[in-house]
Amino acid sequence: MKRKIKKGDRIKGLSLQVLSFSEVQSLSIAERVKKILNLILGNKIVILHGRLRPEEEARLIEDTMALVDHVKNFKGIELAVIEPNLRSANILVKMRHGIAKKLVGDNSSLTVIGPATIIKEIRRDPKKLELMLS
Amino acid sequence: MLKMLRRFSQRILEKIFRRKRNFKIGFYGPPNAGKTSLANRICEDWTGENMGTVSNVPHETRKVQVKEEVKIKYKGKTLIFKFVDTPGIATKIDYEEFLKFGLKKSTAKKRAKEATQGIIEAIQWLDDMHAVVVVLDATQNPYSQVNITIMGNLVARKIPVLIVANKIDLGKAEVKKVSAAFPEYDVIGLSAKEGKNMDEFYESLFRLTKKV
Repeated sequence: MKRKIKKGDRIKGLSLQVLSFSEVQSLSIAERVKKILNLILGNKIVILHGRLRPEEEARLIEDTMALVDHVKNFKGIELAVIEPNLRSANILVKMRHGIAKKLVGDNSSLTVIGPATIIKEIRRDPKKLELMLS
Repeated sequence: MLKMLRRFSQRILEKIFRRKRNFKIGFYGPPNAGKTSLANRICEDWTGENMGTVSNVPHETRKVQVKEEVKIKYKGKTLIFKFVDTPGIATKIDYEEFLKFGLKKSTAKKRAKEATQGIIEAIQWLDDMHAVVVVLDATQNPYSQVNITIMGNLVARKIPVLIVANKIDLGKAEVKKVSAAFPEYDVIGLSAKEGKNMDEFYESLFRLTKKV
């Protein structure tokens, strides 16, 4: 996983990599996180169809911190999740969503993960997501 | 996995024998939210000692700090706590950010290295907590992914949570915004620096122990 990100590299364009839920569904936590971080180290912004489980998010932060320590000029990641707001939804909608989540996994959300060298900040509130670039 | 099993069996045994003598309470949150300030305030109130140093430079706490046996009396009841102050959790660390605070390059780089290790340590301690006080800066947007990740992990581990919206002494503080972001939880607005609203905090802390 050791790659060098050259300091002062100018961003000529944004490289987005879409990962479908099925692509990562069968992977273990470690493999899933490794796959994401490999793409991030390649200066890609990952758009994951679905969201990571809390323990996977924690593992992603742990592994990111270990990489910050070892990969030159890697500063970490920016991460945000967009998900349907079910707070005001009725119980039937919530139940249907819950059952679908159990059966096919959480694919109603989108997760955006990018290298901190490219994404300076992700501003998030319940209704919008803004990617501020470095 | 082993940690989770150990914690699960520990909880079962504690429930059977009702022998929990002290509550291990963790202070979690993003950097510079005031976790150590709050821990210091509590420790000063009840032990007369500080828990750690505080600073305007982010990631001042880079190692988990533990304070054993803090006796707190509230409305005639006494409970013993073990407080665990953790480094702020972040998804990125840039030593250049520390240079803005006047740190030398070598010091900033060292601080960044220690901060990354501190974050890993803080996450690893999560499984050991009986309950957690999540400290948020009430002047900042509460919808950050770090906050959501911390909350998600506490829920997944079934750890009771109390949210503190700190820095209410500042004009920009919006406790209501924090409450709106986490409507399922108790949110207490306070100022650890000035000691405002600490009574309500202690009341909530005692309530939190009932959920353990």
